[in-house]
Amino acid sequence: MFKKVDARGLSCPQPVILAKRAMDQFPDEGVQVWVDTGVARDNVERLARMRGFTVKVRTEGNAFILDIGNEQ
Amino acid sequence: MKYSRNPLVLSGMVIGAIAIALQRLGNPPNMGICVACMIRDISGALGLHRASTVQYIRPEIIGLVLGSTISAAANGEFHARGGSAPLIRFFLGFFAMVGALVFLGCPWRAILRLAGGDANAVLGLAGLISGIWVGVGFLKAGYTLGRSHRNEPGSGLVMPALMVVLLLLAVFAPQMGTADGARTGPVFASLKGPGSQHAPLLASLVGGLIVGVLAQRTRFCTVGALRDLILIRDFHLFSGIIAFFSTALFLNLVLGQFRWGFVGQPIAHSSQLWNFAGMALAGLAFTLAGGCPGRQLIMSGEGDADAGIFVLGMLAGAGFSHNMSMAGSPAGPGAFSQIGVLVGLAFCLVLGYYMRRTDLGVN
Repeated sequence: MFKKVDARGLSCPQPVILAKRAMDQFPDEGVQVWVDTGVARDNVERLARMRGFTVKVRTEGNAFILDIGNEQ
Repeated sequence: MKYSRNPLVLSGMVIGAIAIALQRLGNPPNMGICVACMIRDISGALGLHRASTVQYIRPEIIGLVLGSTISAAANGEFHARGGSAPLIRFFLGFFAMVGALVFLGCPWRAILRLAGGDANAVLGLAGLISGIWVGVGFLKAGYTLGRSHRNEPGSGLVMPALMVVLLLLAVFAPQMGTADGARTGPVFASLKGPGSQHAPLLASLVGGLIVGVLAQRTRFCTVGALRDLILIRDFHLFSGIIAFFSTALFLNLVLGQFRWGFVGQPIAHSSQLWNFAGMALAGLAFTLAGGCPGRQLIMSGEGDADAGIFVLGMLAGAGFSHNMSMAGSPAGPGAFSQIGVLVGLAFCLVLGYYMRRTDLGVN
């Protein structure tokens, strides 16, 4: 089950910091990050891929939802 | 999806080339593009300070914001948002400007100064990195200004509209009366000094527009580049900065305008402690606000009213810097530069320490 991180509306680089912390804390469960700017979406996705996680991005209303998991 | 650095590197090169081109066309030395200096000149043009040598409505700033607006709108990224501690952001912009004007340049100009051989920029950049490093420490400890929220589209259009008004003033430059034959307000324009040195209006505007579009697309950010290096060892944004610096350095060498040294550098001083401290303040304030001044302009063009408030804080900070003798000059720091920097540092440190939340993580 994904652990949810709501980083909507937060300035750079807080979405990345929160996502990184969650990935460190729950490497096996997977992390779901909510952001609402293209910059935050790109930054979190890049971080997750840098660390070898898989990322699925979808949009819901004004939000981007990134499902970050570590299984291929 | 791959994260290619090519667009960022290419943008860094183009922005570096535009900066040097604008210098060749008339902008002051090592000041092809300087967000802090140019906002300071606009502040003077509007009469917010009366330092007669640094007054001119710089079309580059107008172009940066409007280029970002056009690019964001075309790519579905224009969203009116705001409401994340606007008053604090105003004062972060204010003190970032105080610090930058003690050093005499924003992070972009610090890089351009280094690319022109100005060794004093090394101390400024060292200060900038130190300030960012302290800011990253606060961020890791949970520093936040809280969430912004979506607003009605109108609030996102205020900054682009303000730029259109500035452009109209730049084009029509209403002059009211004369004092001793010199032109006088409400729009002031320097007759000598850096404010009188400028590329043709159209070249400045188009240059700014191109930089605005590129920076909006690639998220080009000097403070973000250093911050990501320190925070997550991510070289992505940094690659753009290296391209920006390398291109400017290369062109300066080719054009024979590279001159290494501490003494006699254009619009610079060698009071190294205050070069360092001024930029440390600026770096800390930029980090606490989420990005470098160029990036704040870009975000304000994308509809971010909080970034717009930060920019207005810089505009006011420039006015106060000169009115209260806090700004540096080629002669050295101003009479009250030290006090201004220390007050700014105190503000940022208190803010960084107290604006912390630990409940924003996993929920």
